[in-house]
Amino acid sequence: MTTVEQNIDQTLISILEQVSDPEIPVLSIMDMGVVRSAIIKNNIVEVEITPTYSGCPAMDVIGDDIIAAFSAIGKKANVELILSPAWTTDWITSKGRKALEDYGIAAPLNAIADKEALLGDKKLVKCTNCGSTNTKVVSQFGSTACKALFKCETCEEPFDYFKCL
Amino acid sequence: MKENLYKYILGIADNSLILGQRMGELCGHGPSLETDIACTNISLDLFGQVRSYFQYAAKIAGDKRTEDDIAMLRKEREYKNVLLVEQPNTNFAYTIGRQFLFDVYHLAFLTELQKSNDFTLSAIAKKCIKEVSYHVRFSTDWVKRLGDGTSESNEKMQEAINDLWTYTDELFHQTEADKAMVSESIGVDVIKLKEAYYKRVNDLLEEATLEIPESKWFQKGGKEGVHTEHLGYLLSDLQYMQRAYPNMEW
Repeated sequence: MTTVEQNIDQTLISILEQVSDPEIPVLSIMDMGVVRSAIIKNNIVEVEITPTYSGCPAMDVIGDDIIAAFSAIGKKANVELILSPAWTTDWITSKGRKALEDYGIAAPLNAIADKEALLGDKKLVKCTNCGSTNTKVVSQFGSTACKALFKCETCEEPFDYFKCL
Repeated sequence: MKENLYKYILGIADNSLILGQRMGELCGHGPSLETDIACTNISLDLFGQVRSYFQYAAKIAGDKRTEDDIAMLRKEREYKNVLLVEQPNTNFAYTIGRQFLFDVYHLAFLTELQKSNDFTLSAIAKKCIKEVSYHVRFSTDWVKRLGDGTSESNEKMQEAINDLWTYTDELFHQTEADKAMVSESIGVDVIKLKEAYYKRVNDLLEEATLEIPESKWFQKGGKEGVHTEHLGYLLSDLQYMQRAYPNMEW
């Protein structure tokens, strides 16, 4: 796991945890690791988030949702998008990984295993339906920028895999 | 305003914008569902990258210009993308060939841009390179699959590579703004990438049982704003909404 400094005011966490990725509603932005800093400055909540993928259309919505969540408790918030350091799937928390799996999206493997699985020569990704690793990649690109499409050859169900980044 | 830096950013970003538009054209028109999704995903990545570049460019311009103005309101001659990325989706082999010839360059370029003295450009490069690694895998895979496939797929892939080859040399040309940025260690010296590029491309073509084109005559002009006929049509699609309904927003 990569450790990069996060600067988050503990009193803000419960609010931030209410905001989720609109495309993966089970995953809060805290568990996704996109919130890099959240502090109160001159009575305004200043939040820095980092995009998962550059073109992720969820980022604009997430920004609006953060502002709305703080506004609901009478606080004004500013959201800034930062690019450095670049987001990595390593920042998804273990709680987040579990939420993904329960939702039917296989959590990312490590970078080397990811490459082996996506190039189709190794069966490493576990089916979220039956748990079998007898799976194959159908498409390296899936329904959103962050996912690849897999099929389980044991239970024959298709499922998503969250790609390593 | 830092004129050269502004021009330099647009030179990089326009490649992604125009290629993104080309790949986006396949939305609902891909040869199969999976490839359709892949092409549009790549398009989305490229547009996302473009937003980062244009947001930065708009900040440098320091006037009322926004990222959308830069993307949508320039004239044909003001786009500085290489000719390669504006070539049309003649058939799937051309789409893959164009992507492949650009991706190999793009990955090498971003690898170097990560070392830029400019903090924002370096940060964008570090972000983009992760996505582009997936693009390279996709296009390389397909070049091999089509090249080493049936006689028909081989013939079509070869034809696409032969036709697109003439646009590859321009990737390694430098504009005055490029030279200025290289001298300040902000920009990437693309000339230094050329040898490794052709080595990599040639190796992959061989692996795909394709022949390396022998033509030594190369097209150029895009980096100076002189484009092939195709760009005008592409821009009229891209810009339609902003031209028809100025300042419209979703």
